Amino acid sequence: MMARVTTWWTILRICIEERLVYRADFALGTLMRFLPIVTQVFLWGAIFAANGDTRIAGKYDFSDMIAYYLLTMVGRAFSSMPGLASGISLDIREGTIKKYLTQPIDMVGFLLLNRMAHKLVYYSVAIGPFALVFWLCRGYFADGWPEPLVMLAFIATLIMGFLLGFFLEAAIGMIGFWFLEVSSLLFVYMLFNFFCSGHMFPIDILPEFARRIIELLLLPYLAYYPAAIFLGKVPLEEIPFRLSVQAGWLLFFIVFCYYMFHRGVKRYSGFGG
Amino acid sequence: MPMIEIQGLTKSYRVYQKPEGLWHSVRGLFRRQYRDVHAVRSIDLTVDEGEFVAFLGPNGAGKTTTLKLLSGVITPTEGTARVLGFTPWKRENDYRRRFALVMGQKNQLWWDLPAQESFRLHQQIYAIESSQFDRTLAELVDLLDVAELLGRPVRELSLGERMKMELIAALLHSPDVLFLDEPTIGLDVVAQHNIQSFLRYYQEKRRTTILLTSHYMKDVAALCKRVVIITGGEIMYDGSLAGIIDGFGGQKIVTLLFVDDNVPSDLSRFGEVFDVQPPKMRIRVQRSRVAEVMAAILATYALEDVSVEDPPLEDVIADVFNRASHDNGSGDSTQPNQSSFTARTR
Repeated sequence: MMARVTTWWTILRICIEERLVYRADFALGTLMRFLPIVTQVFLWGAIFAANGDTRIAGKYDFSDMIAYYLLTMVGRAFSSMPGLASGISLDIREGTIKKYLTQPIDMVGFLLLNRMAHKLVYYSVAIGPFALVFWLCRGYFADGWPEPLVMLAFIATLIMGFLLGFFLEAAIGMIGFWFLEVSSLLFVYMLFNFFCSGHMFPIDILPEFARRIIELLLLPYLAYYPAAIFLGKVPLEEIPFRLSVQAGWLLFFIVFCYYMFHRGVKRYSGFGG
Repeated sequence: MPMIEIQGLTKSYRVYQKPEGLWHSVRGLFRRQYRDVHAVRSIDLTVDEGEFVAFLGPNGAGKTTTLKLLSGVITPTEGTARVLGFTPWKRENDYRRRFALVMGQKNQLWWDLPAQESFRLHQQIYAIESSQFDRTLAELVDLLDVAELLGRPVRELSLGERMKMELIAALLHSPDVLFLDEPTIGLDVVAQHNIQSFLRYYQEKRRTTILLTSHYMKDVAALCKRVVIITGGEIMYDGSLAGIIDGFGGQKIVTLLFVDDNVPSDLSRFGEVFDVQPPKMRIRVQRSRVAEVMAAILATYALEDVSVEDPPLEDVIADVFNRASHDNGSGDSTQPNQSSFTARTR
């Protein structure tokens, strides 16, 4: 076990080192990550000003919406996996996946550690600007910090959201064993993700029938439910259920991702010379 | 027990055939034509411990596909293979810890980091004990003379330097079997020589079983006693390098040095005159007629010197490939190899 932990740490350390090689790209990428928050704040301000400051669907006023949006940004910081699926399909297409097949290493585990390194590096620097924005917008969090158990549930959904986002997009990348190019599939996924995860707007402002359909999907667990739990939009007695559903989806995609990998490797043609 | 045993190993692909042109690209959206490519056709091979075997063959013959099957990168269509007692495509960690695959011009090291970081990662992945790792790394770095390059990002190394680092990474865990796919491709003469010297020394010292594919005859001549020729996915020869020339070299080269620059012009009746630089002339003569031709020339002309030698290995191999391609239907690997040169003389 100790040897395995040491291996994981070495992989994580090297992935972190790799992230720090291109300093200008690293600096720009991390420090500018908070800019979309600012534009969204202005956008919602304009929407509410134009509609006379009414509540949307009777649930969200301007403060609620800003608080919600900031929290979905946190959720997406954990669950979004830019370049993961396309990177896997590129590795398959160009043959660089060979090293995972010939060396005694678990490709999915390796990529997970790589992604953890990516998040650790970027957000350890971006936490400054993020914290500044949250502090400037602290007035929008009318109810303040949630109680400790709710806070724990919020953290649990973020961690599971990270893992769910990873295994979901890794599974999409594994489709590269069949189709080589997955960019169109990714586009469709991102389209659904954008609307159904709650990133654009809270899904509970949708009509009842639409909300019930979307709640059956895994996508709300990537952004909406972490924010909703923090803001108290999910009743206390419902939180264990939501955590269980999220864990169920996570387990499903862990199994599915590995299944796709093992099936895909069987039909792999060894491209790239 | 042999280190490598292959029986009836076959790998076929279904490949999309797209004729040239925009119309065919559009047509391909709705209807596609496919062709079956038989990259490896039912090959049998046994390699014992410590052997250094060269795989030769024209492009598309099945050399790299065979290495990929033996390293577990791809799964065969039919047949079996056992390497170190393992089935390669099951990709068991116990097997993956005992072999290494190095492909020329393919990079497995971290591109943006110094090679030493990749080596440290390999130490963990292969569970190499610390003192063993330090000893092996020091030895390999010294043999390949790359001590000053360890701290440089891999992207800043030349091709030859990167190849050395790839070899070090592959050998850190002291594999029992090493698969080398054109390790010197694209390297200059000096770098090729360095890699050859290193591989020869390493193999002699460690008795590692090595399978090497290469298009450079100098690699093969310098390193391998045994040569396997693959064409059209089938093994057509398995034996010594000298045996190739004896078996396939149908001609000898006779070099004549005349006493003066007045070289005769009627020697084409003895063979193909291909090089005339008075007073020297070179003729290709059928192997079976050498004695007769020599007797006739010596009896007729005044010569200062004469020599008879085998054609260059590259010419013999090229001739073998060309004849096999011709028998194979212009290199069409969908057809079985009808070559009459199949010879297993090991």
